[in-house]
Amino acid sequence: MAHSARRDSPELPDFSILKRLARDQLIYLLEQLPGKKDLFIEADLMSPLDRIANVSTLKQHEVDKLYKVEHKPVISTSDQLCFLIRPRIQTVKWICDVVNTDKVPGKSRRYKIIFTPQKFYACEAVLEEQGIFGDVSIDEWPFYLLPLDDDIISMELPEFFQDNFLAGDQRWVRTAGSALHLLYSLYGPFSKVYGIGRCSKMAYESWREQVEEGEQKARQAEIGNVFLIDRDVDFVTPLCSQVVYEGLVDDIFRIKCGCVEFGPDVTASDKSVKVMLNSHDKVFSEIRNEHFSNVFGFLSQKARNLQTAYDKRRGMDIKQMKTFVSEELKGLKQEHRLLSLHIGASESIMKKKTKQDFQELLKTEHLLLEGFEIRECISYIEEHINRQVSMIESLRLLCLLSITENGLLPKDYRSLKAQYLQSYGVDHLLTFSNLRQLGLLVEQQPGETLTVMESKVGKLVNDKTAGKLTDAFSSLAKKSNFRALSRKLNLVPKTDEEYDLRVPRDMAYIFSGAYIPLSCKLIEQVLERDGWTGLEEVTRLLNGHEFAVTGSSGVDSRGKNDTQRIILVMFLGGCTYSEISALRFLGREKGYKFIVVTTAITNSSRLLEALLDNHV
Amino acid sequence: MAFITASWNPLGDAFYRKTDLYEMSWSLRDGLRDSLVAAAPYGGPIALLREPQRRSPSSRPQLEIYSASGGTIASFPWKSGPVVQLGWTVSDELLCIQEDGTVLIYDLFGSFKRHFSMGQEVVQSQVMEAKVFHSPYGTGIAIVTSSSRFTLATNIDDLKLRRLPEVPGLQGKPSCWVVLTQDRQTKVLLSNGPELFILDNTSCTVVCPPGLSPQDGNIVHMSVSFSYKYLALLTDSGHLWTGLSTLQEKLSDVDTKKTMAPKQMLWCRRPKSQQPSVVLMWDRLLLVVGVCNETIQYPIEDPCVLVGEMDGVRIISSSNQELLQEVPLVCQDIFKIASMAPGALLLEAHREYEKSSQKADEYLREIKEQSMLGEAVRQCVEAAGHEYDTNTQKSLMRAASFGKCFLTDFSPDQFVTTCRELRVLNAVRDSSVGLPLTHTQFKQLTLQVLIDRLVYRQFYPLAIEVCRYLKIPDYQGVSRVLKHWASCKVQQKDLTDDAIARAVCMKVGDSPGVSYSDIAAKAYECGRAELAIKLLDFEARSGEQVPLLLKMKRSQLALSKAVESGDTDLVYTVVSYLKNEMNRGDFFMTLRNQPVALSLYRQFCKLQEQETLKDLYNQDDDHQELANYYVTASYREKRLEGRLSLLQSAVDEYNKAKNEFAVKTTEDEMRLLRFQRKLDDEKGAGLLGLSLQVTMETLLSLGLHKQAEQLYKDFRVPDKRYWWLKLKSLAEKEEWDELEKFSKSKKSPIGYLAFVEVCIKCNNKYEAKKYVSKVTPEQKVKAHLAVGDLEGAADAAIERRNEAEIGAVLSRCSASNSLVIERLNRARAAIAKK
Repeated sequence: MAHSARRDSPELPDFSILKRLARDQLIYLLEQLPGKKDLFIEADLMSPLDRIANVSTLKQHEVDKLYKVEHKPVISTSDQLCFLIRPRIQTVKWICDVVNTDKVPGKSRRYKIIFTPQKFYACEAVLEEQGIFGDVSIDEWPFYLLPLDDDIISMELPEFFQDNFLAGDQRWVRTAGSALHLLYSLYGPFSKVYGIGRCSKMAYESWREQVEEGEQKARQAEIGNVFLIDRDVDFVTPLCSQVVYEGLVDDIFRIKCGCVEFGPDVTASDKSVKVMLNSHDKVFSEIRNEHFSNVFGFLSQKARNLQTAYDKRRGMDIKQMKTFVSEELKGLKQEHRLLSLHIGASESIMKKKTKQDFQELLKTEHLLLEGFEIRECISYIEEHINRQVSMIESLRLLCLLSITENGLLPKDYRSLKAQYLQSYGVDHLLTFSNLRQLGLLVEQQPGETLTVMESKVGKLVNDKTAGKLTDAFSSLAKKSNFRALSRKLNLVPKTDEEYDLRVPRDMAYIFSGAYIPLSCKLIEQVLERDGWTGLEEVTRLLNGHEFAVTGSSGVDSRGKNDTQRIILVMFLGGCTYSEISALRFLGREKGYKFIVVTTAITNSSRLLEALLDNHV
Repeated sequence: MAFITASWNPLGDAFYRKTDLYEMSWSLRDGLRDSLVAAAPYGGPIALLREPQRRSPSSRPQLEIYSASGGTIASFPWKSGPVVQLGWTVSDELLCIQEDGTVLIYDLFGSFKRHFSMGQEVVQSQVMEAKVFHSPYGTGIAIVTSSSRFTLATNIDDLKLRRLPEVPGLQGKPSCWVVLTQDRQTKVLLSNGPELFILDNTSCTVVCPPGLSPQDGNIVHMSVSFSYKYLALLTDSGHLWTGLSTLQEKLSDVDTKKTMAPKQMLWCRRPKSQQPSVVLMWDRLLLVVGVCNETIQYPIEDPCVLVGEMDGVRIISSSNQELLQEVPLVCQDIFKIASMAPGALLLEAHREYEKSSQKADEYLREIKEQSMLGEAVRQCVEAAGHEYDTNTQKSLMRAASFGKCFLTDFSPDQFVTTCRELRVLNAVRDSSVGLPLTHTQFKQLTLQVLIDRLVYRQFYPLAIEVCRYLKIPDYQGVSRVLKHWASCKVQQKDLTDDAIARAVCMKVGDSPGVSYSDIAAKAYECGRAELAIKLLDFEARSGEQVPLLLKMKRSQLALSKAVESGDTDLVYTVVSYLKNEMNRGDFFMTLRNQPVALSLYRQFCKLQEQETLKDLYNQDDDHQELANYYVTASYREKRLEGRLSLLQSAVDEYNKAKNEFAVKTTEDEMRLLRFQRKLDDEKGAGLLGLSLQVTMETLLSLGLHKQAEQLYKDFRVPDKRYWWLKLKSLAEKEEWDELEKFSKSKKSPIGYLAFVEVCIKCNNKYEAKKYVSKVTPEQKVKAHLAVGDLEGAADAAIERRNEAEIGAVLSRCSASNSLVIERLNRARAAIAKK
């Protein structure tokens, strides 16, 4: 792609230290329980663990058998059981059952629970309540961060989103603060920290507290600025269909921990193949950030190049042939394999996504973002629900409609809800209750002049009271104010000119030129202005909680220009691959390098599935 | 200067000297006569109890505490029982051992701290003698009772009394005894006449020191060295036996020719001692007996007290205080008359240099020729450390600095450190502070402990100066001092809470490592709860405030502070504490005011205590959540009746919450469930629990059109939805006639394009074509294209003169449709013209 990329992009810090650190800590903990032991691993820790320490490493440290935690009675015969789990009450309760079952016939074993990334008091309380606190030894494995790629680090905590934003349970905030502190102690000090959102602010404060408690070492900074952002600042972006290759792959095949499993329809054989998707995959790294419409062109070009490379061997003498085989062939073969996989994936995507339906779906989304022809959009959604196209998709469109329109008209709200319940079952009544609580799907309040009144009041009284009032108002109704934000920040580019997706003009290319993701736009603006000045109106619309703090250590921020342009963006509540692509684009344009830290990679389905009422 | 050696006395091949430490600033009326005196080593404080045995209640003895220089620290009348022994602990606490075995502990300022007893049997038999001793385990006490039994406590802070076995043949108290610490065991060595016994936990063994025969007489005095390594025994015939305390080896055997028992006998040695000695004191004489058989005699005028130190003996009299010690080797080397040691030469060189004499060069040359300059500098620096007189220190340091100038690559560390340490030592030796520490003692004591001692004595400014001067990190230095200061400050009863809080805040500010909650805890201990709360407000980390607040029963405040801290574990700790402390109603009310805590607790209840959750919602009159709770519960309920009754409860709650929509939906759900149940019973359709849509779908696929129709009507299913449903269902079952009939039943609310598309999806082009004509004009092109009828599509598009549609048709044309293409292009051109 003919990017007008700036060539002077700074180098990213080496994040593999994080992996080594986590591995060493785990090994240390395993050695605390000498002798052969069986290891039970929480299901969603399997993949992250695999990136840190493989089976043979575990075996080296006397792990005998590996089991997945399945909340069933254990069949292990080992006299030492080690549980590697997330601090979840359900799992702890299951362990209590295991221990108590052993107690009945008087079987004696040693039990060790390793909580990662930390333990919670509530878990210990359960152990105590069940009377096995003395029978188990407890440890913490501070495995906060898993580098998924050179520039993506995940905390692998999808529950952060529900717990924090839906249940209002702030227990993970400190974890986020600790994760930031870990990065700080390895790659800091940071010269400036920006952020927006309540949770971001709390995480920031928690981190500061840890900085003050610990000892400070002067070291060479490897990260310049930090930007913290709450997921609930921008719900629109993750709710849109992704059309950039990596995002599409995630939407369709679900990337898990940086790894995707391509089914038989992609591999053109009867086997499934697991592929790591990161910058080491040469083919993937070139197409991951591309709009899907360009991907085929790229792949065919690539195929031609490959062919020429293969063709070189014609007319070679023996010696040349020898070097070719020993040096190039393996690389070419590898590339060949990857290329065919990605072509397969693209074909499979094409089959699913280039149909009329998908085009119309995208069109509706774009109309919603632009705010045109809302009536037609509503009837499209209605039809979508009536035909039971997809439970999650319907919900996604409903939410998108509600956010962009600042809530649904009471009439529409009721009828759409009723139809949805009829289609997908009345249990979704609770799902709707969740969505309303988060402000994702709400009814328009009769007094819609709230914003106007608020600003009037705000002008009359001094700032502090106005802040309090704003808080009071915002608690009355969580509003998205998307339309106003979109105007203020120019999120929807003018539609009159043709958008050439091969030569992206701005970050909107990740949504076919229809919409610049709000989250990324905020980051761009704040970095450009070096703070929130001039964005007062915007932050007010976003319910505030913004901050910008210059590093206390007084780093000589000038001079080390390269580090200054390395920006760490931390998404609290998850981020999508599209957002990462947008940030990469922004980085290329402005000479930044972005490092994305997220509590988990999310997309519209994961986001909404978290809010379905799961019959607990 | 010239007379440094004047106070030196040779002993064997070494020298002993007496250094003046202080003119005592106390004024004792009766001197040290008839007093019980305890002076702590390492320049510790001195406690004095006058006439301890006087028992008349009218005149109580006075207990006085002085600094080592004689400055009064505290003085108070002794009101408790008769005291047998005084002693100091390692942390500068005063131990008063009473006759009845009670040990009272006072701090440096004479305020009572606590007491303990040395055992029940002691109360009757009375303590005859007691000794306070120090070991790596802390400060210990040993007593012997009038029934001749010994009791030991190795560490008074972790009191474990050990009653030692009986000593055969011992009546009354032994003639003398000492406590030994050997091989991590504490033992008592005692003599009864000529016999020597070792008492340990389990046994009493007779021992015989090598080279000491019973003919030498009864042992009347014994002394063990500071390090517990050496032992000295004195017999009534004046024989002084010295040897290892293990009694394995004899060092020497000296006949002192003194048959009277001395008042005190102590070892006087130093690390790397060349010529250790034993100091014996009688009323008028101080005798230093070297292992080499030589002696030094000093006359004494006043009654004195000897204090053993690790590198000498302090001699305290009522008027002054001296340090008796073996002259360190390096000082001997430098100051010995006619010494040719490099250090001595360097000192001389510097002296000449100051006189501007060229001899300086000669001396220097001499040292340099032996390439001993480095050694010379080192000697001077080391010697300076050992000297007490500041002028001597200075001249030695100057000489060292002078010598240093002629050296390259000489590490200045030792010089700088010694300079700094000497400055600190000189400051604490000042009589107003009164800590006569030698450099060797200081090294042993460590700086940390020195600062602690300054703090115990409340020399806060000096302590802070020292910390700053020596650049000790705040955590270990200034902050620690401030913490002590503040803890002391909060105990001042004469100041108001406000004044104290302000003073503390001003001084402590936000020094790192000072925890306001610790200070507040102290204030609370002193019974000043209000002050504690005021101080807690300064604590930046709310988490730190919580435990104390809980202790103070300020649970509400604790909860809000916990919430502020953002540490959910802390919040949860408080919540579970409150749960146990309060009654349920109050507990819920408290939570209600703290949304963060409430949601945390809710999360927990959701997983652990469903019933509590219900109570919580009930308390809050949160009908919406309560209803949601019932709905959730209904899913877990397997029986239909149970489910319906739960749903009914939900309906009631939704009603209360005025959520009409939810009421209606839930009622619908109940209706649907009943309907499904009925059909399941009648037809075995397996519908229970399905959504309305799926129910209708299933009914249609089972051919139960009537029942589907009934649902459609009963539940007011939108027409569109029903049409879609029926359309799909019929097409899937390929009931094309039915479908056609259905399409004609009334005007389709979903249009007819849907019919076309569904038919195509089911691969029936023929049927699809039937509906193309019915499609609205706007969708005609699409419909034609869907059935693959390019001609028709072209016709429709041209008719509608719609450029986009023409384009759409064109894009579907292949080369074989040249006719159509031509027509379309023409039409497009025509439109463009207009």
